[in-house]
This record gives sequence, C-alpha cells and structure tokens, in this order.
Amino acid sequence: MALAKISSVTGRAVYVPGDDIDTDRIIPARFMKCVTFDGLGAYLFNDVRRTEDGASKNHPIDDPRYQGASILISNNNFGCGSSREHAPQALAKHGFKAVIAESFAEIFFGNSTTLGMPCVSLGHDAILKLARAVEQDPTLEVTIDLESQAVRAGSLSLPFTMKSSAREALVSGQWDPIGQLLDGKGKTEKLAAQLPYLHF
Amino acid sequence: MGKNLFQKVWDAHSVQVLPNGQTQVFIGLHLIHEVTSPQAFGMMRDLGLKVAHPERTFATVDHIVPTDTRLRPYRDSLAEGMIVALEQACKEFGIRFYDVSSGHQGIVHVIGPELGLTQPGMTIACGDSHTSTHGAFGAIAFGIGTTQVRDVLATQTLSLGPLKVRKIEVSGKLAPGVYAKDVILDVIRRLGVNGGTGYAYEYAGDAIAALGMEERMTLCNMSIEGGARVGYVNPDDTTFAYLKGREHAPKGEAWDKAVAYWRSLASDPDAAYDDVVKIDAAEIAPTVTWGINPGQAISVKERVPRAEDAASEAERASIKEALDYMQLEAGAPIEGVPVNVAFIGSCTNGRLSDFREVANFLRGKKVASGVRALAVPGSMSVARAAEAEGLDAVFREAGFEWRQPGCSMCLAMNPDKLIGRELCASSSNRNFKGRQGSPTGRTVLMSPVMVAAAAVSGRIADAREVFGISRSS
Ligand code: SF4
Repeated sequence: MALAKISSVTGRAVYVPGDDIDTDRIIPARFMKCVTFDGLGAYLFNDVRRTEDGASKNHPIDDPRYQGASILISNNNFGCGSSREHAPQALAKHGFKAVIAESFAEIFFGNSTTLGMPCVSLGHDAILKLARAVEQDPTLEVTIDLESQAVRAGSLSLPFTMKSSAREALVSGQWDPIGQLLDGKGKTEKLAAQLPYLHF
Repeated sequence: MGKNLFQKVWDAHSVQVLPNGQTQVFIGLHLIHEVTSPQAFGMMRDLGLKVAHPERTFATVDHIVPTDTRLRPYRDSLAEGMIVALEQACKEFGIRFYDVSSGHQGIVHVIGPELGLTQPGMTIACGDSHTSTHGAFGAIAFGIGTTQVRDVLATQTLSLGPLKVRKIEVSGKLAPGVYAKDVILDVIRRLGVNGGTGYAYEYAGDAIAALGMEERMTLCNMSIEGGARVGYVNPDDTTFAYLKGREHAPKGEAWDKAVAYWRSLASDPDAAYDDVVKIDAAEIAPTVTWGINPGQAISVKERVPRAEDAASEAERASIKEALDYMQLEAGAPIEGVPVNVAFIGSCTNGRLSDFREVANFLRGKKVASGVRALAVPGSMSVARAAEAEGLDAVFREAGFEWRQPGCSMCLAMNPDKLIGRELCASSSNRNFKGRQGSPTGRTVLMSPVMVAAAAVSGRIADAREVFGISRSS
C-alpha cells in the first residue's frame, strides 16, 4: 500500500494549555456511540467547550482568532487515559494534522502516528515560547519539519524530540503498518506453527 | 544473566523486524467489544481483507449494554446500532460472540480470564486500555487503537516497539482492610500517572504472591493509569489453580504440558530489569483519590493537599484545577466528605471476590439515606455465582441496586450516570473530569470495601472503623 510521505506539517496553531489532558476530555465517552469515526470532529473537547445547554465556554479552539488552526499545542502527558482511537480521530476530523506537546501518553502517540498525525515534543519553555508567538499573531504559520526535526514559526526554530521509529515511519510513508504486516504472512504462520500454546 | 517474563514472551512471539524498524509480534488472543471494533471491521471491508485467524478472536458486549433491562431493541438506538454492527461483523467474519444469549456476556477483561481464554505466556490485545488486566496471569496484554484492531484481525500480528521492564517489589504483608486496589493506587501515587511510560510493570514480592487471581487482576488492570501499557505477575500455583477446569483451559495430558510450559516462562531469579522499585506492604493504607487523575491519591487518614505546598508551578496549577473541580477544601481531611452515589463494579473490582468481601461487612448494615448505591457484577458468570451464594440479597437488603452485568457507571456510556455535581465513591479506575457521565460529576476511587463504608456512612470513611476491621489481626 502506497502511503503519503509526511515530511512536514504546516498550518496555523492553537494553544490548549494543561497537563494530563485525557482522552475522556478530548472526546467524552457518550459521543463514542458510532460505528464510524466520521462525525466525531464536532464533539472534540465537547465538555470543556460547551455548557450542558450548549453555550460556548470560550475554549481556545472556538476562539475566532484560531479558526482553521491545524496544529494543536499543549503540555504534559497529552492523551492519557483510554486507548480509544476516537481521540486522535476526533482531532483529525476536526481538522488537526499534528500535535505539539511537552509529552504524550503512549497509546495516544501510537494511535496518532498510525493515522499519519505527527506528535512531537518540545520542552516546557519552548512550548511557552511557541504558544506566546501564536497568541500574539494567530495567523502565524507554524511548520513541523520532520526531516530536520524542528518546529519553525516566524523567527523561532525549536528542535523537537520524537521517537525515531515513529518519525521515520512518517517521513518514509510507512506510518500505517498494514501492508508490511500482510507481507509477513509466511513468517507469521511459521511462528504460529511453533508456538507451544497453540498446540497443547 | 536470566530473562524476565516480558522478554521471554516477546521473543517467543517476534515474527520479524519490519522495514519500519518495529517488530512484528504475533498476538495469541484477541478480544473485541462493541465500542472500538465496528469501525475496524469497516476498515477491513474497505480494504477487502479477511480475518486471518477468526478462531483467535472472541467478542462480547459490555460498554454500552443497559444494566437494568435486557429487552431488545435497547431504548438507546445508537447503542442498539453498535451492538447490531458487532453481531453482523461476527457473523460475517466467523468470530465467536459471547453475547447475552451465551450466558457468558460480561466486561471483556472479566470474561477472558473466567472462560480460561487468558493464559500465561500469551500475547493478548484488545481495543481497550485495561487489557493490562490479563497480565495477572503472566500474559503480555495491552490495549490497542482501532486501526490496530484492524491489524490484528487482518494478520494476527501487530507492529510494536519493545518495552523496558520495571520490577515493582511489594514485600511484607498487607494490613487488614488493605486490598490490591490500595496497592495500585499507592504505586501510581508514588510513580506518577506517566511514570510508567515506555515500561511494562512486573509486580513481584511476597505481598503480591499472596494475592488471589482476582486481586492480581485489580492490580494489573490499573497499570495503564500509571502510564504503563502492560502490567504482569509471574505465573505460579495460584494462577494454575484458577485456570484448571475452565472452558478454554487445556485438559488432561495437555494440561500438564501447559503447566510445565507456563512455569518455564516466569522471570528467572537472576533476570535483569531496567528499573526496580521496592515498596513495604505494611506502609500501604486504604487509599482514596481526591483529584481528577488516579495519581492524585492519599490515604483515607490524610488531608487534601494545598496548592501552596506544591513543589512546582505545574503541580500547583494541577492541584488548584483538581480542587476546583472536586469542590474540596484544601488542607481538609478527605474523611467525612459527603457522597451521593456508591458504585461497586467495573473490570477493576467487579468480580466475585469483590462482592463476597463487601457482603461480609455489609450484612445487617444499611446504605445511608440519600445515597444511590449500585452493585454491578462484571459478568453473567459473576452474577450467577454471587446470586447462588445469596450475595445479591445481602446487597439488596442493605439498599444497593443489584444490576445486570456491564461496564455501567465506570464510563457511563449506558444509562447509568452521575447527575450534575454528584460525588461518587467508586470501585472503578478513572476519576477524570466527566468520566461517570455528567460533565461536572465527581469521582473518588477506592476499594470496594471502602465504597461500601462510604455508602453506609453517607461520607468518605475509613472502612476499618466503619466495619470494625481489626488492625492487628
Ligand atoms: S469497566 Fe470501565 S475500564 Fe473496564 S472495560 Fe468497561 S469501561 Fe473500560
């Protein structure tokens, strides 16, 4: 399967501050009653964006200045909690193409990579610098350059970290492993034939 | 240098190193449920793929089934639609479905072990983060996303990177009234909610060896809350005794072969670890959460932290956010905080031993007036066994509602929900904002016996005092 090579993401950004933003916050469970992911974007961050009557709580992603943002900036342990792929899917369906945070929960990180949505990490101070720049100029173009491993915005150039296997998978167009896994069928069956518990 | 169980199981299941640099790992058991799988079957259809090993995938329904009635179609048409989608997919792809009519429906992490599907030395995957539960048997079990559910369906393998292994050694004896739930809350409190990132947790030491299988499951279940994708306990005689005679467990001669194999998988005495943490069991007290993540926990005798005392700016902000949300007073005792709802259930603490232990103390007691109390068995088998012992009557007489099996108020995708700012004493595993169905609802995590103490007291209380559990015995 030919996949796009994702060597950079460019777009406007929005800062959603907070540590430990969990998957229940990203997409509350009650919106997961769906057999496809298509409609999830509308409910992204629902409970922190709207009151129970649907009134806006002025969440950054509803701020008119950040409309059209495709890069989300946040803090530590972003995406912790459940393994629900609904979380990165809700971000993607809402229009986000990448997340920049201080750190990520593991399953969220993996789920995002597999969707072709890079998650890159900057230190605390670099996040604040970037957030400040974006807040000063919401139209600022932010680029995540996966080749040179830096986030660039205006005069800023911030080296990021990212698990190398995930970065390489994105830039080489191998972020969805299904093709490679299918190609391993022969070897898989050979291993299965030797696995003791399949033959007790 | 010997190997630990994680390394042995990983090696036995490694198919090859993939061009993407990760390892293709064979998955011995795949469990699916109605919330994270229908989309994966959709992807299979889109790509024109077949299920490689339908005999190694098992399905059930747990997250959205109502617990008050089993009449179909369910009142919630979206819930009904998801269940129909799973039914159709199981039929279409030839997958065994433990639905309500099978008599074995239940929370996926409860039924895997009780059917004997979960066995030592397996790799197990499920589109659910609490798959770590199955590590209690010495399996390497992890939660996966929906696209990975597709990968397992299509190839019976996953593309994974290896994990480091941290041994958490709990030595000594747990005090009376202290349970596996308290151990894991204590571990998460010490190591943090992301302390386990990149690690598998191996729970060891005599305090762990002394735990029954169901308590081991509680422990491994919440590894994910500590950031560790995998948690496990080495298999031993307790493990084998639990599995013997279960539906999918090996029988006869095969059983002896299996036990010998399972024994050989336990970590070698001279195994290497990437990290070792030692905990004295005697120091662990009944533990409750006060905040909005499972690491924000204290012993029931402690006071709620104050933002001023935080070590860093970030911690100060997170204490403040948590206290605002929980509406708790900084520096005040957690004991005595009024509760509105008591919930005993979930894949963490919804097993027979949980209901038995609570029933021991609940006999002759009454739920405080104004408290809504729910007991939700983790599976139909748990419900049957509990009812055969008359436990349901104990709960009902005390004023609990005794419900049908499911995830229920753990994540409130079914009609069981908190209302408004209600505070729930809960035996589940997550106290995130809005987790129990109300965007402003509040969750305090604790052991089932502590939930019962809260239910009868109407406030957060020390179960040892409420139920006269002697500290010295
Ligand atoms: S009981 Fe709760 S944590 Fe366990 S599988 Fe169900 S929803 Fe998830």
